Amino acid sequence: MEVTPEVRSQMSEIIDRYPNSRSALMPLLHLAQSIDDEVTPEAMEVIADALGLTTAEVAAVATFYTMYKRKPVGRHHIGVCTNTLCALLGGDAVYDAVSERLGAGHDQTDVDGTFWLERIECQAACTHAPVMTVDWEFMDNQTPASAVDIIDRLARGEQVQSTRGPVIRDFQATEHTLAFPVDGLAGEGGEADDIMLAGLTYAREHGMSAPAAPGGDA
Amino acid sequence: MTPLTPVITEHWDVPDLFTLDGYRRKGGYRALPKALAMDPDAIIGMVKETGLRGRGGAGFPTGLKWSFVPQNDGKPHYLVVNADESEPGACKDVPIMIANPHALIEGVIIASYAIRASHAFIYIRGEVPQAIRRVATAVREAEQAGLIGDNISGSGFSLRVTVHSGAGAYICGEETALLNSLEGLRGQPRLKPPFPATHGLYSLPTVVNNVETITNVPWIINNGVDWFRQFGTEKSPGFKVFAVSGHVERPGIYEAPLGITMGELLEYAGGVRGGGPVKFWLPGGSSVPMLTADYLDTPLTYEAMVEAGSMLGTGTPMVFNNTISVVKSVTRWLEFYKHESCGKCTPCREGTYWITGLLEKFEAGHGTDPDMDLLNEVCGHIMGRSFCALGDAAATPFPAAVKYFRDEFQTATTVPVDVSFPPSAGYVFEGVAAR
Repeated sequence: MEVTPEVRSQMSEIIDRYPNSRSALMPLLHLAQSIDDEVTPEAMEVIADALGLTTAEVAAVATFYTMYKRKPVGRHHIGVCTNTLCALLGGDAVYDAVSERLGAGHDQTDVDGTFWLERIECQAACTHAPVMTVDWEFMDNQTPASAVDIIDRLARGEQVQSTRGPVIRDFQATEHTLAFPVDGLAGEGGEADDIMLAGLTYAREHGMSAPAAPGGDA
Repeated sequence: MTPLTPVITEHWDVPDLFTLDGYRRKGGYRALPKALAMDPDAIIGMVKETGLRGRGGAGFPTGLKWSFVPQNDGKPHYLVVNADESEPGACKDVPIMIANPHALIEGVIIASYAIRASHAFIYIRGEVPQAIRRVATAVREAEQAGLIGDNISGSGFSLRVTVHSGAGAYICGEETALLNSLEGLRGQPRLKPPFPATHGLYSLPTVVNNVETITNVPWIINNGVDWFRQFGTEKSPGFKVFAVSGHVERPGIYEAPLGITMGELLEYAGGVRGGGPVKFWLPGGSSVPMLTADYLDTPLTYEAMVEAGSMLGTGTPMVFNNTISVVKSVTRWLEFYKHESCGKCTPCREGTYWITGLLEKFEAGHGTDPDMDLLNEVCGHIMGRSFCALGDAAATPFPAAVKYFRDEFQTATTVPVDVSFPPSAGYVFEGVAAR
């Protein structure tokens, strides 16, 4: 990890968010993954230095959380939810199709190191099953064919829009967002989608509402 | 029939609701000046009177939790919002953060004022950048509008809000593991007591509340106790953002009073996908015992779900039809708990390994009767003996499944589950061959 003056100032900015500098460890590891596409041993040393920790203390944390990788992820991280609900509604077939397309298994990259494939756990999007993520942006309601098509389009460098989020960038850009979440993209992805609005829509169509709020809405 | 009652979700179709302008146009930030004009203790008292219970799974009374924070002790206090929504089946906090982040922020400011916290943290799981950027951007807008910062609206109350990204660990949904994680440590749970109310973040008084719980607060301040208690039951008052997933025609978010039944929610969701009966369903995440169609008329309240042998949990029902193998479902959940066990305590670390191995034998059609007994025994050694609730959760799916579907485990002593239940039959799309 190359520590430019800009990186140094970003690190300080993250540390300043917390009353205790050690709390900055997780966002600093995300920052490291936005500079390289993994957490390198050098990055752990830099972070340990900045926080007054040992590299062992940093490594203990970096190895505990599954989003931190110790091998290069490549350009895009592909996640397919294979927890029970997504899996049984078709996520297993989506995973198999993507795995075959990439020639990669769980926590492996394709042959040229562009795509990292991971079986992910529940992504808090069960209403949108089967769920895939690209660089952790939602790609909801997938089929094997649609998932492979997304990979093909990314491989050709075409624009791919998250179903509830911005146009896909790359893994490192998302990691930068996790370190600096005011990324100018909050306006992307629009309002709630039809699935999030299912109950509201039904209530409107059938004249249902909550008892009147005397103080107005919040 | 219990009607749907959109409150938190009422304006979710407003295109710019997630912005400060959009939220304000719909009445947002009207509760804040009212709250800042109240005595903090009066707010705690009001939330207590509403009977609001935690929406993250445990259902602990929110006002009571707030009142445990020692007041006038001269120490810094913290509010920590648990936005680590990772429970299999739970998908309601992430939609709240994406659709209406300012309602959460308004609740954060009011709750911080009530418990005299000058710094609030919102710990959001790292896998949902869209929720993280929406919430962080809302915080920035609120800061620029003077709603967060020093001496808010001349009230003398000052607040900092920090949005923190997690990095993929289910265990961090457990409140003390979350606090360790926020301190830059491995996300492993702490011994309780002492509880976070006295020894929380940095060993200082801390309230940890779920996203949906905190999002209730502005409506409570605006409309009062009596209005709030019109919804729900005596012991489970209020409205709930239910997220209905699985084999239903219209999966999605359905907001209704607590006490609505699964049968009613199912009707709103268009019934079981492709017709046919419900085989089994879980009221709120994989950590609560499954129920069958016999319980479709049981009220979705904290108390009635316990009486039925389950729990309300996160209030995010998963519905499965007859195409689904119970054995396979439970096996997959246990693979999850095994993967997510933090390794701190032996019953959970070793037990999840043993349960998973035994269940995988059944999945392959090689289970035995003694294996069934052994599974019960291993679950018994975890339940109540692990360090935190993740262990208990891991010991929950199998006993519940075998209670209702023993015959399926019996069949899986000779026939692989993918033969008894061809996987493609459960898929929500057509034209894919079985694995």
